[in-house]
Amino acid sequence: MKKRVGILNKYSVVQRGEIKWAYLFIAPQMIGLAIFTLGPILYAGYLSFTKWNLIKPPQWVGLQNYLDQLQDPAFGNLLRNTIFITAGYIPLVMIVSLGMALALNQKLRFTVVYRTAYFMPVVTSLVAIALVWRWVLQPDFGLVNYLLSLIGIEGPTWLSSTKWAIPGLIFMRVWWGAGFYMVIFLAGLQGIPQEFQDAAEVDGASAWQRFRHVTLPLLSPTTFFVFIMASIWTLQIFDQVYIMTGGGPGEATEVFLLRIYRLAFRYFRMGDAAALSMILFLIIGCFTYFQSRYARRWVHYDLS
Amino acid sequence: MMLPFFWMLSAAVKKREDIFVLPPVWIPQEILWQNFVEVWTTVPMAQAYVNSLKIAGLVTLATLATSSLAAYAFAKIEFPGKRISFATLMGTIMIPSQATLIPVYILMRHIGWIDTHWPLIVPPALTNAFGVFLLRQFFMGVPDELIDAARIEGANPFQIYLRVAIPIVRPALVTLAIFTFLGNWNSFLTPLIYINSEELWTVPLLISNFQDAYGVETEWSLLMAASSLALIPVLLVYIFSQRYFIEGVALTGLKG
Repeated sequence: MKKRVGILNKYSVVQRGEIKWAYLFIAPQMIGLAIFTLGPILYAGYLSFTKWNLIKPPQWVGLQNYLDQLQDPAFGNLLRNTIFITAGYIPLVMIVSLGMALALNQKLRFTVVYRTAYFMPVVTSLVAIALVWRWVLQPDFGLVNYLLSLIGIEGPTWLSSTKWAIPGLIFMRVWWGAGFYMVIFLAGLQGIPQEFQDAAEVDGASAWQRFRHVTLPLLSPTTFFVFIMASIWTLQIFDQVYIMTGGGPGEATEVFLLRIYRLAFRYFRMGDAAALSMILFLIIGCFTYFQSRYARRWVHYDLS
Repeated sequence: MMLPFFWMLSAAVKKREDIFVLPPVWIPQEILWQNFVEVWTTVPMAQAYVNSLKIAGLVTLATLATSSLAAYAFAKIEFPGKRISFATLMGTIMIPSQATLIPVYILMRHIGWIDTHWPLIVPPALTNAFGVFLLRQFFMGVPDELIDAARIEGANPFQIYLRVAIPIVRPALVTLAIFTFLGNWNSFLTPLIYINSEELWTVPLLISNFQDAYGVETEWSLLMAASSLALIPVLLVYIFSQRYFIEGVALTGLKG
């Protein structure tokens, strides 16, 4: 009791009366944090060291699940697919969304109409729109191959080809996500003071030079933010792949969450699934840490 | 950007044969509204709408309440353990919900909540670290003088929160509401794991099961009619309130 009074000494009488309210206010979120986030993370860690099929009790196997996963050719395959998707998607979506943002930032007529249209895919359910894109990418009668045929190109078989399935997924994803990053880039562009542009123009810089040496460096915090978010979300792709290819053809589009889902809820290999989700969790964690650490080297946070 | 939407609508009202015609006819001679009727009557679309509205609506209301209460306490009340509890909460922002998928599933299995809507409502309503972070930023901007004035008049912290602070942060609440609703409306992985019974399906789950039930490659008209029915209401809401969606993203960098 004495110690408790000691702790409370730095609070005024009014503040002391409010302490119990504060605990009441934070209680729902803190209880949720304990039950649905912190507890489960620890439990997932434990499960990843066990074999468990939900029927017999979990059996401790140490690092076996991790070794199994890392040696499984399926893991190498899904890692390759993930790298392929990320390497294709991130640069493409950043270029497209920055391009759209630059165009809209010119304050042309109908800006609101374009902005509304570009952002529209973002609000759609990935499941419903992925189904639409299966039809858009349909090899014989789909929209994309029809448009390609107009300029004399015979389109690939897209989702049913091991070579073109991932590019197909990437195109759909760029179409779906570019509007979101465009809005973030647009906010970033509007934060750049006009005087910088004007000064560069007075110095005789061309439009490209102004973009390269003024806009791009000053936009780097935004670019960096977009890069982080896009990378993390790309590692968590699920809905789109589940609907469009189901991981196929063969295992050409297998990704982390699809395999975790199958291991856990089709084959009931809970330990293996937990190990794989811990691996994904660690990769995402490293990514965030690595990026936030090296961000300062090339990001201009200072506008003064 | 809009072409796939037109393509979807065009296919949704075509006869089966007209789907496979090149060059494609954008507006078919004979508009077959029948496809929508067929989808609406063969799958429980109306029920799925009610379910999705109920789930997304409840999660949104509960999230607004729990996040704003916690955010207000972290922004405006001094209490022992404040720094450590806030730091712990913020430390979990980057934890992807998939990392806790399996343990939470096992927990739900113990409680007996498999094949109910509870696992889709309770965890998201009680775990929104980002919402707490966002609203805290806005509550910190509420002038202390206003709060002190209310205190002197004898208001308790809950009354101050409700009558003084909440009205000031309303724009942030609208943003959080839109994206919480949208995220839960479109959510797919959790319903896929927890829900079996047809009468409990959400809209995305229904679309996915509809795709499995109807042969892709033949029934494109019906599939596109189903997608249209799933998307059109959301798109209409979006078009009429696009300003809130877009300004919300610019404000917070939040993903729907």
